[in-house]
Amino acid sequence: MSAARREALLWLASRVSAMILALCVVVHLATMIVAVRGGLTAAEILGRTRGSMVWALFYGTFVIAVAVHAPLGLRTVLGESARWPERVLDMGLLLFGILVLFTGLRAVVAVTMA
Amino acid sequence: MPTDSLAARVWRTDIAGAGAFVSYVVPRSPSQTVLEVVTYIQRRLDPTLAYRFACRVGMCGSCAMTVNGKARWTCRTHVQAVARDGVLEIAPLANLPVVRDLVTDMREFFDKWARAKGHLTPTTTRHDPLARVAPDSDKRRAVDAGIECIGCGVCYASCDVVRWNPRYLGPAALNRAWTLVNDVRDGGNRERLGAVAGDAGCHACHTQQTCTERCPKHLTPTAAIAGLKRLTALAALRGELP
Amino acid sequence: MTARTNVLGVDWRTRGHAGWWAFALHRVSGVALTLFLPAHFWALGQALTGEAALSGFLAWTDQPLVRASEIALVFLLAAHLAGGVRLLFVEFRGWRAGWQPSLIAAVVGIATVCALSFALNLA
Ligand code: SF4
Ligand code: SF4
Ligand code: FES
Repeated sequence: MSAARREALLWLASRVSAMILALCVVVHLATMIVAVRGGLTAAEILGRTRGSMVWALFYGTFVIAVAVHAPLGLRTVLGESARWPERVLDMGLLLFGILVLFTGLRAVVAVTMA
Repeated sequence: MPTDSLAARVWRTDIAGAGAFVSYVVPRSPSQTVLEVVTYIQRRLDPTLAYRFACRVGMCGSCAMTVNGKARWTCRTHVQAVARDGVLEIAPLANLPVVRDLVTDMREFFDKWARAKGHLTPTTTRHDPLARVAPDSDKRRAVDAGIECIGCGVCYASCDVVRWNPRYLGPAALNRAWTLVNDVRDGGNRERLGAVAGDAGCHACHTQQTCTERCPKHLTPTAAIAGLKRLTALAALRGELP
Repeated sequence: MTARTNVLGVDWRTRGHAGWWAFALHRVSGVALTLFLPAHFWALGQALTGEAALSGFLAWTDQPLVRASEIALVFLLAAHLAGGVRLLFVEFRGWRAGWQPSLIAAVVGIATVCALSFALNLA
């Protein structure tokens, strides 16, 4: 794939994930602000999320979108400031993306299913 | 110093290319422009000062310099609007090599227009009838929004991304490409979109809008670049990017 | 005899406008949130080993410094959200300059309101 095509598609991936994230973050912020009222307890968090298919789907989507968006953002920043060889940078960020995806999905499982 | 004079600190270079600010005292006059200050210095105080201008009326784009830290067209910038406590600091444009004093080498700036395929690729010959372009069509309006560029380099000198990524084509070249992308007479879009995509092209722009903030013609290269981002992404999805 | 730019080779006088500050905020918040992500996910993952583990972690967060960084993170998240929505409109709807400074002010406003409501509810 040409560099032009790759960059154009990565830009699109970053922006499409941003649109999904925009919706997720609104819900996340609202939940957080309401949830911390009167202190945060594990029982309260898990009581809300455990066994809920809706929350599982929501957080699943959230995690996948963020696993796309965050490494792409980091790629731009590092590409401008770090001047690492492109391959090293891209491999590193791919690994970072996988780490985010894995730990993220693990967290979703932990709070909605386990 | 009397208040009817101005302290002008002007960037001067020596034979080796090293530079420093040198101060000159220049009398004030009504509606004085920064270019008039520079001209006064060269005509009355030091004829060796090198600078560039041509039209003096904001058409040719040759007189841009850094005035008190910001890139500006000097022939249309009033001293009154930019002097701080009677001090004017005049330097060559940033992001371009300095030839001498206030004169920069604009080659890279214009080469990038060529790299962005900033020329019309005709689809007809002189034997064909003239193209009719409705003035109120969306495409013609998009062209109108960007066509008045005078090539002054103010945007290019102001853009962080140009500084960070020397291969970046920059706001003016991309703005030019966008006017051609919207030119219904042009047949070079496939190649042009390929040329302006990627990390040396529109995708490098962070929408900081310094170019738009500073452009003396009040153009919005940021909007042009955003347009190129959308179109190149679409072309990439369709597999049309070379 | 001064240099044309400061020691960093950067002239800040050309940057002090709304669009540049919005960029700076977006970048700083983006990097901070990205670095925070793995830690956040790890903490929630504690629930895998049972409610007690998560409770233990939450107890740890009950100290001034941690609380302050939580409020800062809410601010950064809200700022990245609002700033990002603005960027999407600039890029996809071709919004022109004009009212960008007001929009950018709104971004900071939204972020502040979110952080404050969070902080007040936390108290
Ligand atoms: S909007 Fe893009 S091109 Fe214009 S100054 Fe900012 S980064 Fe440079
Ligand atoms: S876009 Fe504006 S600032 Fe840039 S070269 Fe053209 S006229 Fe000058
Ligand atoms: S001298 Fe021509 S634009 Fe200033």
